[in-house]
Amino acid sequence: MTMKALLSPAKRFVIGVPYVWLLVFFALPFLILLRISITDMGASIDPFTPLLDRAGDSWRLLLKPQNYLPLFTDGVSGFGGTIYIQAYQTSLKYAALTTLLCLAIGYPFAYFLARCKPSVRPALLLLVMLPFWTSFLLRISAWKGILADQGVLNNLLLWLGIINQPIVMLYTDVSMLVGMTYVYLPFMILPLYTNLVKMDMRLLEAAHDLGASRFKAFWLITVPLSKAGIVAGCMLVFIPAVGEFVIPSLLGGADNIMIGRVMWDELFSSNNWPRASALSVVMMLLVLVPLALYYRYKDRTVE
Amino acid sequence: MTIATAYLETDQLVKRFGGVAAVSDVSLSINKGEIFALLGSSGCGKSTLLRMLAGFEVPTSGRILLGGSDIAAMPPHERPVNMMFQSYALFPHLNVSDNIAFGLKREGMPKAQIAQRVAEMLTLTQLQDFAQRKPHQLSGGQQQRVALARSLAKKPQLLLLDEPLGALDKKLRERTQFELVNILESVGVTCVMVTHDQEEAMAMASRIAVMSQGRVLQVGTPKEIYEHPNCRFVADFIGNVNLWEGTLDVDAADCCEVKTAHGVVHVGHGISGTLGMACAVAIRPEKITISKTRPGLVTNLFSGTVKEIAYFGSYNTFIVEMPGGGAVKILEANTSRYDGGDITWNDAIFFWFDETAPVVLTQ
Repeated sequence: MTMKALLSPAKRFVIGVPYVWLLVFFALPFLILLRISITDMGASIDPFTPLLDRAGDSWRLLLKPQNYLPLFTDGVSGFGGTIYIQAYQTSLKYAALTTLLCLAIGYPFAYFLARCKPSVRPALLLLVMLPFWTSFLLRISAWKGILADQGVLNNLLLWLGIINQPIVMLYTDVSMLVGMTYVYLPFMILPLYTNLVKMDMRLLEAAHDLGASRFKAFWLITVPLSKAGIVAGCMLVFIPAVGEFVIPSLLGGADNIMIGRVMWDELFSSNNWPRASALSVVMMLLVLVPLALYYRYKDRTVE
Repeated sequence: MTIATAYLETDQLVKRFGGVAAVSDVSLSINKGEIFALLGSSGCGKSTLLRMLAGFEVPTSGRILLGGSDIAAMPPHERPVNMMFQSYALFPHLNVSDNIAFGLKREGMPKAQIAQRVAEMLTLTQLQDFAQRKPHQLSGGQQQRVALARSLAKKPQLLLLDEPLGALDKKLRERTQFELVNILESVGVTCVMVTHDQEEAMAMASRIAVMSQGRVLQVGTPKEIYEHPNCRFVADFIGNVNLWEGTLDVDAADCCEVKTAHGVVHVGHGISGTLGMACAVAIRPEKITISKTRPGLVTNLFSGTVKEIAYFGSYNTFIVEMPGGGAVKILEANTSRYDGGDITWNDAIFFWFDETAPVVLTQ
């Protein structure tokens, strides 16, 4: 059967509009990005230098895939020792830590939310989404007030006599992780909740009946059955966290530069568009390849 | 016949949910190896009773004795009791073997023994070819057998079956219920099943407890429950029945007469009641004979007009209106392919029944 036979004009329109949108505003910009990443800017420093050049009678292809080389080696510290590789590693590390923290906090939260009386669930769910109603920057700034040396938390601990002098928390890994976990937590909770709330409670009864303790039933039944929710939540947190720019620059320290910051510098300070583009392409591959592998594995195991 | 000894006993078992009694004062004794059915419509308390036996509900008061020891306070995972759940509750992420092995692994049984026991269960339920399948790749009947294998794997002292055939379609249900009984009897496990389907209960169980509003109204073999109901509810709930209200007119040792709106009914058993007391006569529709011609000498003869006829293939149902008002239901078996053609709508007919047919109910 052809597409025409399958879809009525109305359906084609409804499906077509978002596709056109994605094509124009995602696929096309990505191709431009790809093109810039292999452009030879030359002396004119023009990222849109034509890729084709006419030299005499023949056409010349002006591609410079070498733009990617400096990402991996700088000639001094050898292969892999560049600031870019370090930034990638830092980004992946903090994205992974953020994901783990969100999972550790979000899973129990979503679990008990799903086990609540159905009448109170909508209210509790609303509270999870409530932070979205205030400005993102405002919320991050609020954390500055809490975590600063003379901030709410330090003052409280001093007052309680738990510490004698303020703990330095702001502009460290801690404050950055707190901020990232705080911002991304709802993206972990919501898919986990939708998964856990559908869980058939009789399966847990069946597990108890067959001799599983409460913990065993949770570990052997609830956790495996919520795998789809765990994966979805982790993807929703990990992928944007890798490229996160705002939170590290507002709450992070100077030591751990993440890849988002490096791209910003390349683009606006060094005006090196091809390198910034190359960095983006590599980052995308870093995120997409594991994702693709996971989906291939999943398709096979479902069979 | 050996003297049956009670293996499972419930002693004045009560379960209240916020002041409402779901199960009130249920005392049952169930024999070893017996298939016992709790029968009733939804909300009668049968499922709550079963869940108390499984340990999912804690009784408000009363005792549950299994092999002499009280298990009422024991959590479900420690009880030597397993349950076959309604719609099976198979673990969707585990294959058939792992579903069956789940309970055995929790016991810490050695791997080799588990494999052997799983193989036994697969053979018992004829699932050898499906060991590696996931539940969603099985038909309803196969899923039901996996659920059975899983609940029998741990050799429970008591097996609970919650609407064991409820999820199957009618044709499959009839075939499966005999298979199920054969397996249960070959294993020799004591069973308590819950069902709202009286045919299922009668075909599978050796004894039935009819429940209503949290109470057990009657316990007996399927035949006792059907032929000798002890109250109007049981008579009406099991099968079809014509209930004629009346008063006790004559009461002797081996017979009695009840005066009803349709006339006096002669009954072939005494009830040791008081004359003039209110009671009801219950007559099963299939025990009534219908004819257009007046019969010779019969005891309970009545007349009426045919209002409805329904043809069910193996039998016909007639709804006959009686002169004093009210209708009676009569079943006539189609023993020949040419039966039942002569009576038609609005015919004046006679119907009669033997004095052994009716039962007098005082409750």
